[in-house]
Amino acid sequence: MTALADMSGAIMPNRRGWLGALSDHFWRRPGLLIFLMLLPAILWLGIVYLGSLLALLIQSFFSIDEFSGLINHEFTLKTYAELLKPQNLDIIVRTVMMSALVTIASAIIAFPIAYMAARYARGKWKALFYLSIMLPLWASYLVKIYAWKLILAKEGILNWLFEQLHLTWLLEAWLAIPVIGGNSLSISYTGTFLVFLYVWMPFMILPIQAAIERVPTNLLDASADLGATPRQTFWKVIFPLTLPGVIAGSIFTFSLTLGDYIIPQIVGNSQFFIGQAVYSHQGTAGNIPLAAAFTVVPIVIMGIYLWLAKRAGAFNAL
Amino acid sequence: MKRIIRSTAALLMSGLSCGSVLAQDMLQSLGAGEGEVSIVAWAGYIERGETDKNFDWVTKFEADTGCKVSVKTAATSDEMVALMNEGGFDLVTASGDASLRLIAGKRVQPINTALIPSWSTIDPRLESAPWHTVDGVHYGTPYVWGANVLMYNTEVFKDAPPTSWNVVFEETTLPDGKSNKGRVQAYDGPIYVADAALYLMTHKPELGITDPYALNEDQYKAALDLLRVQRTLVGRYWHDAFIQMDDFKNEGVVASSSWPFMVNVLKAEGAPVASTFPAEGTTGWADTTMLHVDSPHPNCAYMWMEHSLSPKVQGDVSAWFGTVPSVPAACKGNELLGDTGCATNGADDFEKIRFWRTPTTKCATGECVPYYRWVSDYVGVIGGR
Repeated sequence: MTALADMSGAIMPNRRGWLGALSDHFWRRPGLLIFLMLLPAILWLGIVYLGSLLALLIQSFFSIDEFSGLINHEFTLKTYAELLKPQNLDIIVRTVMMSALVTIASAIIAFPIAYMAARYARGKWKALFYLSIMLPLWASYLVKIYAWKLILAKEGILNWLFEQLHLTWLLEAWLAIPVIGGNSLSISYTGTFLVFLYVWMPFMILPIQAAIERVPTNLLDASADLGATPRQTFWKVIFPLTLPGVIAGSIFTFSLTLGDYIIPQIVGNSQFFIGQAVYSHQGTAGNIPLAAAFTVVPIVIMGIYLWLAKRAGAFNAL
Repeated sequence: MKRIIRSTAALLMSGLSCGSVLAQDMLQSLGAGEGEVSIVAWAGYIERGETDKNFDWVTKFEADTGCKVSVKTAATSDEMVALMNEGGFDLVTASGDASLRLIAGKRVQPINTALIPSWSTIDPRLESAPWHTVDGVHYGTPYVWGANVLMYNTEVFKDAPPTSWNVVFEETTLPDGKSNKGRVQAYDGPIYVADAALYLMTHKPELGITDPYALNEDQYKAALDLLRVQRTLVGRYWHDAFIQMDDFKNEGVVASSSWPFMVNVLKAEGAPVASTFPAEGTTGWADTTMLHVDSPHPNCAYMWMEHSLSPKVQGDVSAWFGTVPSVPAACKGNELLGDTGCATNGADDFEKIRFWRTPTTKCATGECVPYYRWVSDYVGVIGGR
């Protein structure tokens, strides 16, 4: 390598000026250039991302002293045992259930929309489709949630609509169901679920649409030619080929629901989700270990989820 | 050798104590302003007319003193303590839980009341309040204070405003003939456990609660049990002032603990609400303007403290935030606050208010339940456990 570098120096005179010298230097050592270009990214990933994650992980192995409220900087699994207390387990189960339901529901609703956008919309209509899917993402997240709170309120537009349709009894029957019911839609899990569903929907539609667009039409024609009914074509051809897209979308909806702490605070019956628990245990409470342990939960769940998704080939559809 | 060590230690000790005496030393005379002053404050506490041009108590101060005011807003007491520990600021508007921590951590310095002419105008009830005065030394000037009042719907309660917190703690029939179930709210912060304890002070005297922020295991358990009953009545806990206002307007909520701020805003919008101080008393907060121990601009800081006590500023802040001025003169003749503003915000109920403090393990009665347990248990209560 050095010999080669010397040779090139011998064949051509070194370029003048520091820029030229720098350029020569990089030409002789291509590895250095790549290293310098990667350095910011490595630093970002290493220090900001993995570093903070590691700091968090370490915190979760400390514990809080029962009497003084001070942090005990010794390795212990006590904080994780704390997670298994019924009230904390409730929070985890609640959050995971909500994430799973939101994911399943958004996949069911997103699929036909994505299918329409990918297969039938053309030209102007296609642009309109994209626009209407993306539009909610442009408005402020908080504004949307506040708007939904008003829509779902006891004296909100949805209640009014039910009243006009003489269907108030239906709504009341629904709200009388334990767990998912409540005083009004905005004070129930149903409301929280609807808002989650709305807010994360674009993240499900777009990957599915990308996946559907990649299914070659001749496969569908072949399926029809060979006598398959539309239903069979869907389940045997389209669905398996677009499944990675659905899984890719579900990664977004699942993880976003898992981590959100603003929606359940504004719409719902105040029962905590993981994000809110983290928020309240740090701060004045000073129970950083428990907050950290709570944060590890979605990381672990997402780790398992991503591993399964990778096996299903979802990353090719992103 | 031993003697050398001993004498060095003695020297060191004397040096240290000398240092602490110096640190205790306060400014003796005011010099010229340094041209700027930086303040850590709650959002809305230092307004320069940018939100509403009627609410401006900075511009004139800057013109008069030449001290440019820069404000760093903080959302929680913890943020305030963290910022003050970091340093570089002159003043902080600290609440009762932060102020004592700052004094204990020696992040703030005692103030020389002789340099603040308006000190004599301060409400005598606040002059030596325990959240800014330790061992007779004053560590700041009172800013404003307020109470967590009981807000109620005047159409439901008509001429008989609720006189007790029981409307939010126990299932009862309200004057409109319907149950209070699903129509009341409570604050979702763990400090609300103190409100339950305050209620029990009157209704279960056998528990022997003397201070709602210092509860032993039995008293604490009783408070949690009361809160569990409350959970069955509350549809949603409130956290954000604007969401609570919306719930009063659109969700059929008719009674809740609240701040005068929400009451004032809702009244201004024409909503049928009013507030009251129930017989059990209320919890509340009181803020103090404190001076950083290494304040880079002490002269301007003193000028601001003096300015912050002027009736105009006190009245304007109180009108803006729904608080009570620390200077009684501010209650009269302030255009924004009005002559009844102080009474509405709770000026006459000072004795009934238990000001906010962080519960700690060490307390007057021996051992108490610390705040972090309030947090984890209150999470459980809200979760239905």
